[in-house]
Order: sequence, then C-alpha cells, then structure tokens
Amino acid sequence: MNIIKYKWAYLIFSLLVLVPGIISLITYGLNLSIDFTGGSVFLYQFTSLVNKDDLKKVFEENSVSVENISVDISNKTIVRTKSVDADTSEKVKNAISQQLPDAKLLSFETVGPVVGRETTKNAFVALTWASIGILLYIAYAFRNVPKPYSSFRFGASAVIAMLHDALVVLGIFSILGHFHKIEVDSLFITAVLTVIGFSVHDTIVVFDRIRENLRKLPGNWGFEEIVNYSLVETLNRSLATSLTVIFTLSALFVLGGESIKTFVLALLIGIVSGTYSSIFNATPILVIWEERVMRKRK
Amino acid sequence: MLKNIYFRLGMISVIFTLCTLCALPRIPISFENAFFDVNSSLGGYYVSLLGGKYKLDLSELKEGLDIKGGVRVVLSADMSKVEGADRDKALESAKEVISRRVNLLGVTEPSITTLKTKDDYRIVVEIPGLENVSEAVNLIGQTAQLRFKVLKADREWKEEKFFEYFSDPTAWEDSGVSGADLRGVEVVLGEGDLKSRGKPQIQLRFTSEGRKKFSDVAKANINKPVALFLDQESSPLSAPIINPDLAEGVINDPVITGNFDFNTAKNLSIQLRAGALPVPVKVLQQETIGATLGKESVNKSFVAGAIGLLIVFLFLVYKYGKLGLLAGSSLLVYTAVVLAIFKIIPVVLTLPGIAGFILSVGMATDANILVFERIKEEIYWGKPKNIAMRLGFERAWNSIKDSNISSLITSLILFQFGDGPVRGFALTLAIGILVSLFSSIFVVRTFVQVLYEGIHEHN
Repeated sequence: MNIIKYKWAYLIFSLLVLVPGIISLITYGLNLSIDFTGGSVFLYQFTSLVNKDDLKKVFEENSVSVENISVDISNKTIVRTKSVDADTSEKVKNAISQQLPDAKLLSFETVGPVVGRETTKNAFVALTWASIGILLYIAYAFRNVPKPYSSFRFGASAVIAMLHDALVVLGIFSILGHFHKIEVDSLFITAVLTVIGFSVHDTIVVFDRIRENLRKLPGNWGFEEIVNYSLVETLNRSLATSLTVIFTLSALFVLGGESIKTFVLALLIGIVSGTYSSIFNATPILVIWEERVMRKRK
Repeated sequence: MLKNIYFRLGMISVIFTLCTLCALPRIPISFENAFFDVNSSLGGYYVSLLGGKYKLDLSELKEGLDIKGGVRVVLSADMSKVEGADRDKALESAKEVISRRVNLLGVTEPSITTLKTKDDYRIVVEIPGLENVSEAVNLIGQTAQLRFKVLKADREWKEEKFFEYFSDPTAWEDSGVSGADLRGVEVVLGEGDLKSRGKPQIQLRFTSEGRKKFSDVAKANINKPVALFLDQESSPLSAPIINPDLAEGVINDPVITGNFDFNTAKNLSIQLRAGALPVPVKVLQQETIGATLGKESVNKSFVAGAIGLLIVFLFLVYKYGKLGLLAGSSLLVYTAVVLAIFKIIPVVLTLPGIAGFILSVGMATDANILVFERIKEEIYWGKPKNIAMRLGFERAWNSIKDSNISSLITSLILFQFGDGPVRGFALTLAIGILVSLFSSIFVVRTFVQVLYEGIHEHN
C-alpha cells in the first residue's frame, strides 16, 4: 500500500477544509454565546411546573434568542438570553404575563461575560507556549534520528499538524455558527485544547515508528519508502485508537445531555481531524520538507 | 524486588484495595437478623493522620458549579463616592479583589462575574459546594480597609483611660499608615506570656516604605497606643502600646493580637492580603443554585459516558481477545486510582475536568493498543508467542513514553498559563496521564505475565 504517493492530494484536501473555515473566521468570526459576550437574565417564579418549550416560544416570538432555561426544585426559572434592550424586555414581560399568567418576574438583569477576555487571552498564550514546548520536546526526544534527517523538522511538522486541527475546529464552528446558529460557549476552549492534546499524541506515535525504521530498514530504502512503510505499520493502531475515542464521544453525542452537545461535536470534529492530520498532514509535510532539504544539499 | 511477580501482584492488589476504599462514596450497611446486628458503613472515610496534623476528607468527590451547583452571592457596590467615569473600573477592580479572596480561601473553580443594571453595580460570586456559607459571605463582603490610628492631640494618654478610649472612635485620628503599606500578612500562633501563648495572631509585614512610615508614627507615640481599625467599625481590632524597642525598629513587624479564633484570624489575613475593596459592597442576596449545565443533562451525560466506555471495552475484547479483557480490567484499577487521587488532592470535578479524564482514558487505551499491535507484529515477524509478549511491551515503550510526555508537557503548560476551566482540564489530564502509564504498562504487563508467560519463569 503506498499512502505517501498521494501526499499532495492529502494536503490539498486539508486546504479545501481549512480555507473556507479561515475565510469564515475572518469575515464572520465565531458565533459567541453569552458566556463570552454577556447577556440578559430573566428570573421567574412559577406556581406550577412550566413547560420550557412554551416559555422559549414566547421569547422567540418577540425575537429574543434564548440561550438556556433552567428550572430549580421550587419552580424558580432562570432564562438566559442575548442582551435585550429596555423596550424589547418590556414587550417580553408583557407577553409572558399574558400567556403564562402564573409567572411572577423576580428580577431582570444584564450580566457580564462568564469567560472574561483574560481567560481567552490566557488560553491563546498557553497554546503558544504549548506549541513551543512540544516542538522542543520532540526536537530533544528525536535527537538521535540518523543524519541527515533533523529532529527539529519532526517537531515542527507535528506542531503544524496540531495547529491545523485547532484551525479546522475553529473554522468549521465559524461556518456552523454563521449558517446554523451553533454557538461557541465556554466549553469550546476546553474542546480545542483537548483536540491539540490528542493530535500531538497521535502524531508522535507515527513519528516514533519512522524513527525506529530509519535505523532498522536497509540503507538503500529512500526516506519516502521508509515513511510509507511506517505509516502502513501503524495504521491499524491509529484507526483502533481513534475508533475507541470516537465510540465514547458518539455515545455522548447521541445519548448525552443537551447542554454538552456542542462541546462533544467540537471534540468529534477535532479527533477526526487529528487522526487525519497525523497520517495525511504531519507525515507528508515531513517527507516534502526532508526531501527538499536533501535536494538542496546535492 | 519489582522483578518478583508475586510482589508486583501483591502491590497492585494493595493499591487497588486502598484506592477503592478512598474512591467509594459512603455506603451505609445495616441489617439485623438472628445472628448479626450490623450498623456500619463502607467508604466516604474521614481520616486523621499524625495526631490530627493532616486531615483527609474522603466523604465526597467535589463537583463544580456546572455539575453540582453551589452558592450564589450577589453583592451590590456602593458607587456614591465614585465619579461616573471611574465606576466601571472600580467595579472591575472590586471583582479582582474578590476573586483573590475566594482563591485564597482555597475554593477552586469559582465563577465571579460583574453585572450592571442602569445605575446598579453588582458582583455575582458563585462558589461550588461550600460548607460554611455565612463565613464566606463575610469574607467576600468586607471592604477590609485597615487603618492605623493614633490618639488625637487633645486626648491625654493615661493607662487607666485605655478602655474609655478603646470604645470611643472619636478619640482617634488617622496616622497616615494603612493596609496599603503592607506587603504580607500571615496568621501566627502567639509566643511569650501565658495570655497570648498559642493564640492566633496576625503578623503584619510592612513594605520598606510602609515600615518607615510606621516607624515615624511609632517614634512619635512611644509608650502610647496605636489602634488598628478595620473598615467603619467603631472599636479597633487591637490597640497595642508602642514600646521603645518597636519604635527603634529593633524588633519585628507588629502583630495584631485580639480575641479571635483561628478562622477569624485566617479570614482577616486573607482580606488584608487580597487588598481592600475599592468600593464598599453589601450583600443583596445569597442563595443555593442548581447545576448550570442542568442536573438532567449531567445525569444523561454520565450514563452516556459509561455506555461509551463499555463499547470501548467490548471493542478491545473483540479485537484483542483475552488481552483486551486484561486491558479492560486494568481500566478498573485505573479508574479507582484516579478517583482516589481526585478525592485526596482534592480536585473539583467540572465538565472540562471530565473531558480531561476522558482524553486520558483514551490515552491509556492507546498505550494498550500500541502494545497489543506490537505483539501481533512481533508474532507476524516469527517470534514465539511468549517472547513476542515481552518484546511487545519493551518495544512499544518508546512510543508510549514520547507521546505521553508530550501530552504531559501540554497539560503542565496549560495549567501554568490557563485559568479557570482550562486549569481544571489540565489538572485532570495530567493526573490521568500519569496513572495511565502505571495502569497500561505496569498493571497490564503483570497480568499478562501471570497468564501467559507462567509465574515460574520469573522467579
């Protein structure tokens, strides 16, 4: 099986996914939930159990988009919405007292974001340092790859694949946010971080086998052949590992609670992308890079 | 000793038993019949070590706001003395001070947000599963403006008059030294005479500038009291008499003595350390809140997660047969150890934290898969089965080591630079990775040796 033969095709496929995502990120950005933007909170007291869907309908009839509704034991109901101005909030309040007469408004407030700018900024700083840390570690751990191959290029390829996965998730959610109104909440940051963790983990296993085979296989094998051989050898493991994670996530997506669906979807997209990028991005980039360097030397 | 397979098997059993005991929630056991009358319970222990020096509360797994809910305290900031333009800034810095206080209290994963309605400035503090609510409210709500005051010039100092002055706030005036001149505050136990020995005191540490200011004040008030006032309270926390040594600066920074218990002293020190609130706040409401993710949603997700793990287990058995079964049972050891560590540290479990945990289960499984695939390969390359088993573990180790160390580096960096949910994620991931190395290598390997290679070869 010759996987590496089509290396350019894999990279082009990645670009086909990445470019629309990046364009969407630049033009539309991400559809941020009130976790990031702040919004309005209506606190209602009901005398009997209220149907969440009925309540939601009233808000939406007045074109207020509802973030979530939670009811506690004493029928106190918190409705979180996008920021609502004074006029609209009056309209909503009137509509509710007409349609749901046992509702008593306890408070109406405008809240600040749960995830401050600081948190998002810190996450980006952490991501930058993590990239550098991983690059340095791989450069160190692979320091004994036989010459003329460079451990630095192994590290850099892994980090590029990792950033690719983060961008794929961000891009796809930007598109989903614009066309399907799927919002990005505070858990999204965690999802992206999980994805990069998985991505590097997956890539390193493939690279490890390449390193082993560089020493083991006969000297007349070319770099591309060795890499291809290693990929085929580790393919079983890559698929098995990804499948186990995808099983768990699919179960969570189908059966899990409503409030974590977006989170699980982000993870699913990221894990699929992470598996793809270890085999079809990190390795082709490494091959193209190493061969280009070798050609220059000649 | 680690070569001895009996020793290793014993060690795993001991660790598994201990961790299971730690991880178990409290299960009451009581039954009565003709032979037995038992009224006891299993799990959820409260352990006291070294004569009460270390206490281990294993009664429950701490869960975050998103999963369990907690306490919400709404504070209203009094902006009457702040210029309109500076109000947003004052609210922000009040929020910062409150976060510092909550963090110093040792609460993990609190949520602190600001909230504005027209002319009303509020701060909402949400603290997951808290025991002493009113104490926390007091801690958060106080301005904690510490002022050092001296007797007004027209009040003559006599020792007999101490109590009269002590209860009369009008007798004092500002000395110019305040809480802002402190660089550190800590709780110490008193030494010296019988009255103060062993009692909690608050040790103040001045900045170099503050020390100079204080020393000037002290020199001007030798053998007179200097009173420490907190906020608008009418009587001072304490009013020590300045002795000549202190004025000369030859003895240590001052301590606040007073009739407080350890908790009061600790809270006061936290307030002083976190800095004073820029605006006075008052508590508008405190209430218990439900899980932000919704209880129903959380329960559903837990069931879904368990089903997911079961599918993984079946997949491993399907693909690797008996080996898969061993890997599956090592996941049991893994779960017990991780839960025990979560309880001992303790880790506040939030959804991001659970994501870190799931990722680490994935990585533990990956280590098993790496080994099993390698064993298959070695057999394919013509090695006898029992040698292939050994080589599988040895040769897969490189990949497992490198991939896990890189994940560990990622989680440490995320823990260092991230905040809030990111830290929770990084912490559970790091714990998970370390334990997964133990379970997928040490535990599975021991199991495999017992079942396949025969115990005798190793003794």
